[in-house]
Amino acid sequence: MSAVNAGQLEKGSTSTVEAPIKEKETRGEEELDVPWQVVVHNDPVNLMTYVTMVFQRVFGYPREKAERHMLEVHQKGRSILWSGVREPAEFYVQQLHGYLLLATLEKVG
Amino acid sequence: MEICRQDDALQISDLDPFLAELLRQIPESTNPDGAPAAEARLFSRPSAEKKICAEWKSYVEPELRRLFRSATETVTDDLTQLNGNEKSLSNCILHIPIAHADAWLNTLNQARLVIAAKYKFSDEELNDHDRSPIGSRRDLGLFQVNFYGFLQEFILREISG
Repeated sequence: MSAVNAGQLEKGSTSTVEAPIKEKETRGEEELDVPWQVVVHNDPVNLMTYVTMVFQRVFGYPREKAERHMLEVHQKGRSILWSGVREPAEFYVQQLHGYLLLATLEKVG
Repeated sequence: MEICRQDDALQISDLDPFLAELLRQIPESTNPDGAPAAEARLFSRPSAEKKICAEWKSYVEPELRRLFRSATETVTDDLTQLNGNEKSLSNCILHIPIAHADAWLNTLNQARLVIAAKYKFSDEELNDHDRSPIGSRRDLGLFQVNFYGFLQEFILREISG
């Protein structure tokens, strides 16, 4: 599976496009690109080394960062791996499910 | 059983009939049929939002099914090396090309998740690696989960250098 560079996506998601107020009023919540987050939940079956490898591959994280997230999942039950606009967040969750990790897409806040 | 890296392949040799049978059972063990909990674990909900889940079921889940099936087929093909006389197993070497490592990792994970969901193993059971002897089908299931995990660890170590 190919991985999208998380850094690039994070940078992209921070830019905002100013739209006319009138247009904003008629848009649905989804279209406003409210921030979404990719959450990975603990699963006692998945190996810690496997989860670390998946985080490295999917998000392009260095080993140390991937391990920090893995340990957070293991110790706290969940970890927020990425946040930003919905489309790439969905793509990440799809990739994580391809590796059989328990991952969900959640609205921030 | 011995397991080692040889050029562009992993080699499993000195197989006894019991472990060879567990290897042969990997593809079959990925089948969640008859166990809704296992099916639910392989295809877990992506969100608490119904609309997202409905779209996911229509568009993403078929892709995931194809991905899992493809990985399992690769492993099934590799395991044909174990077909034959049980008495010759000691001389049999299972070659797993490094190019197939991802398919093996995926299929072993499918099998472990399905078995664990079918038997509803607790965290304590999953962390009890010294449990013995095997006295029931459930014990055997736990042994399978641990054995397949051991293979995953070895493959991960080899592909991560």
